[in-house]
Amino acid sequence: MSEYIIEMRNITKVFPGIRANDDITLQLKKGEIHALLGENGAGKSTLMSVLFGLYQPESGTILKDGQVVKINNPNDANALKIGMVHQHFKLVEVFTVLENIILGAETTSMGMLEKKAARKRVVELSEKYGLKVNPDAMVEDISVGMQQRVEILKMLYRNNDILIFDEPTAVLTPQEIDDLMEIMRGFAKEGKSILFITHKLNEIMAVADRCTVLRKGKCMGTVDIKNTTKEELSRMMVGRDVSFEVEKKDIEVGNTVLEVRNVTVASKVHKNNAVKSVSFDVREGEIVCIAGIEGNGQTEFIQALTGLEKMASGSVRLYGRELKPLSIRQRARSGMAHIPEDRHKHGLVLDYTLEQNLVLQRYWTDEFKKWGFIKNRAVRAHAKRLIEKFDVRSGQGPITIARSMSGGNQQKAIIGREIDRNEPLVVAVQPTRGLDVGAIEFIHQQLVQVRDSGRAVLLVSLELDEVMKLSDRILVMYEGEIVGEFDPKVTTVQELGLYMAGGKRQNKAKEA
Amino acid sequence: MPNELLLLVKYTLLYASVLMMVALGGMFSERSGIINIALEGIMVIGGLIGVLATQMTHGLAPVLQVLFSVLAAGLAGVVYSLLLAFASINLKADQTIGGTALNILATAIAMVIAKRVNGSQSSKLDYTNSAFIYKIFGIDVNVFLFIGIAFLILSYIILYKTRLGLRLRSCGEHPQAADSVGINVYKMRYIGVLLSGFLGGIGGFAYIVPAVQSWNFEVGVAGMGFLALAVMIFGQWHPLKIALAAVFFSVFKSLANIADSIEFLSKLQWPKEIYNMMPFIASMIILALFSRHSRAPKAEGVPYDKGSR
Repeated sequence: MSEYIIEMRNITKVFPGIRANDDITLQLKKGEIHALLGENGAGKSTLMSVLFGLYQPESGTILKDGQVVKINNPNDANALKIGMVHQHFKLVEVFTVLENIILGAETTSMGMLEKKAARKRVVELSEKYGLKVNPDAMVEDISVGMQQRVEILKMLYRNNDILIFDEPTAVLTPQEIDDLMEIMRGFAKEGKSILFITHKLNEIMAVADRCTVLRKGKCMGTVDIKNTTKEELSRMMVGRDVSFEVEKKDIEVGNTVLEVRNVTVASKVHKNNAVKSVSFDVREGEIVCIAGIEGNGQTEFIQALTGLEKMASGSVRLYGRELKPLSIRQRARSGMAHIPEDRHKHGLVLDYTLEQNLVLQRYWTDEFKKWGFIKNRAVRAHAKRLIEKFDVRSGQGPITIARSMSGGNQQKAIIGREIDRNEPLVVAVQPTRGLDVGAIEFIHQQLVQVRDSGRAVLLVSLELDEVMKLSDRILVMYEGEIVGEFDPKVTTVQELGLYMAGGKRQNKAKEA
Repeated sequence: MPNELLLLVKYTLLYASVLMMVALGGMFSERSGIINIALEGIMVIGGLIGVLATQMTHGLAPVLQVLFSVLAAGLAGVVYSLLLAFASINLKADQTIGGTALNILATAIAMVIAKRVNGSQSSKLDYTNSAFIYKIFGIDVNVFLFIGIAFLILSYIILYKTRLGLRLRSCGEHPQAADSVGINVYKMRYIGVLLSGFLGGIGGFAYIVPAVQSWNFEVGVAGMGFLALAVMIFGQWHPLKIALAAVFFSVFKSLANIADSIEFLSKLQWPKEIYNMMPFIASMIILALFSRHSRAPKAEGVPYDKGSR
C-alpha cells in the first residue's frame, strides 16, 4: 500500500497560449489536510479540475492507492470516492436541499424516486457531522453557510473520502469559518483526506498539515506547516516579500463629504426592504467601511447610492448637494468615483479595448472629443499614462481587449480610472475580491493614498482582515440595517463577527 | 341555450386537449433548457404525417387506425424536433432563430408533400375521421381528450416523481451543477426536445383531425403552436397549471366558433374576426401581466458548453 492515497505525478495541462499546469506533482496522504496555495491564475483550480475529471491533462498520471487511474469525468472521480465543493456552489436553487443532495445519485423503487430512505440518510449524516440543514427547504431560501453544508453533505452522501474544498471560506463569517475548520479536522481524524484550496494564509496555518504552493502553473514545493511561517509561504507564492501591514498616516478628518440619511431600498428578491433606514456620514481623510456578510443589503445600498437602483426613501448628499434626482453620469461628475462590486457587469465593457474602457465616463468631454469625434490620440495618451501609473499589465497595452486580461489587471484598470479622476469620494465595493496578495497589497496602498490625500473612501468589504487593516471606522450591516459602529483599533474580528451574524446589536440613539 | 353550451363544451375540450398536449411538450423542452419556438412547425409536420397515415390505414379496424396514425404523428414530430435538438444542442445555435426557421420550413414542407400527394395545385387533403370520435352523454368526444389526460398524468409523474424528471429539471436550471454530479446534460436536453416533438406532433394531429374531414396545409395550424407557448408560460411550466391554462384559452378560442349560434352574442353583430382574435389578445394581456412574475427555467435558451464555467 502506498503512503499516499492520491498522487498526481508531473501533471501538465495546456490551454491555448498558456501552460496552466506545468509538471506539477501533488501527493495527498490519508487523513491529512493538505492546503493548495497560489495566486489567481497559478493553476490551483485547473489542477483540481484535472483530479475531478473536468479536464484531461496533456501529460502526467494520477494514482489512487498506488494504482494508476484514469479520471475522464466526475462520475469516474465519484467512483474513486473523490468529491468536491466548488467555489461557486453547484446547487439548483429551485430544488430542495434533499433533491440537491441526491441529484445524480438517486435511488429508485419501481421507477419512482425513493426520497424517504434518502431523507433519513441525509438527516443521519447531518447529525453525525454537525452539519445543520433543513432537508425540505428550497436552496434559494437558505443562507450561504447552509448551502455550503449542503455541498459537503453531497460528498458525504456519496461516501467520498477524498474531499476537495475550493476556496470554501470566501463566503463565510468568522464563526462559520471556525466551524468549518472544526468539521474539516473531524473529517481528517476519521481518516478522510482533504485538499483545501485557498489563498488565505491564516487559514492554512490554522488547519493544514502540509501545503503545496503553486506559482504561475509551476509547483514551488510542498512544506510542512509545523516548520514554516506565513512570510515564507507568501514568499513562495508570490516570489518576493509581501507586506501584510498597511502604512497609514494618523487620521485628520475634515469636512463631511457624504451624508446618508434614512436611506431605504426595496428588495428585488423579497417583499421586505433590502436596506432599512440607513444613516451615516463620511468625512474627508477617512476610510469608512461597511462590513457584513454577503447579501445583507450592502449591494442594494451601494447601487442606490451610485444610481444603479432607485432608493425608496431617504436622502444622500454629497457636500450638501442632494444626489437623489441625479443620473448615474451626473453623480459621477458631481464628485463620486465608483469601483463596482461586479467588475465584469458594471466596471468594464469586456469587449472594448483597455483604452476605451479607461475613458468610459469621459469620452464625451472636450478632453477626448472634438466635433463629435473621439480624439484617439488623447485617449491613447490617457491610457498609456494610467497603465504606467497603476501598473496595469496586458498583452497589447492600450489596445488589449479587456476580456482577455487577468482579473487583477482588470481591477487595477478600474481602480486607476476611478482614482485618477480625483473625485472627493471613492466608493469601493469589494475592491480586492478574488485577487492575489500582490494585487491586494497594491490596491490597499492606492486606497490609503486617496485617504491620505484628504479625500474620502467608502469601502464595502466582506473580508474582515481587509476591514480591520484599512478602515478608520467600521459600520456593520445586518439584514439591511447598520447594527453597530466600531473603531478598528479597539474592536476585534470576533466581536465584528458576532454583529455580522446578527447575534448582537448596539442600541444607537436614533437621530432625529 | 343548452345546445350552444354543449357546443361550447365540445370545442373547449377539443382545443384544450390540443393546447395542453403541445404545451406539455414545450414544458419538457424548456425544463431541460431548450426554448422550443418550433412547436408550431412540429404540429404542422405531425398533423401532415398523421393525416397521411389516416388515409393509408383507411379500412383497418378503428382502434388500429387510431393507434397507427397517432404514433405516426408523434414520431414525425420527434424526427422534426431532432433538427432543433441538433442545431441548439450540438451546434449551439441560437434557439429562437433555429425554432423560427423550423416553423417557416414546416408549412413549406407540408404544402409540397400535400400537393405531391394530390397531384394537383391544391394542398388540401381529405380523410375520414370517424375512428377518432365517440359520442358520450350526447357530446362528441374525440380520442385525443383521453390521450391528453393520460399524457397530463404521465407528464406530472415523470417530471416530479422519477429520476429522469429530477435530472431533466436540473439541466434546465443549472446545467453546470448537473454536469458536476455526472449527469449528461446533452442527453437530458435531447430527451426534453424529443419529448416535445412527440407531444407536439400528436397535438398537431389532434388539432386537425377531429374537427374537420379536410385540411388545407397552406394555413399550417393557424397559430395553435404559439398559443400553446402562451399556455405553457401562463401555466408556469407546471403540468397541472398548464392543464388549467389550456382550458382557459380554449374557452376563448371556442367562442369564435359558436358566436353565431348564441343569441345574445350574435345580436352584437361583431365580425367573426373579433372572436378569432380573442385568444391571442387574451394571451398578450396575460403574458404582459404574468411573464414578469413567471419563473422560467433559469438556464433555458443558453447553450451548454462543457468548457466554460
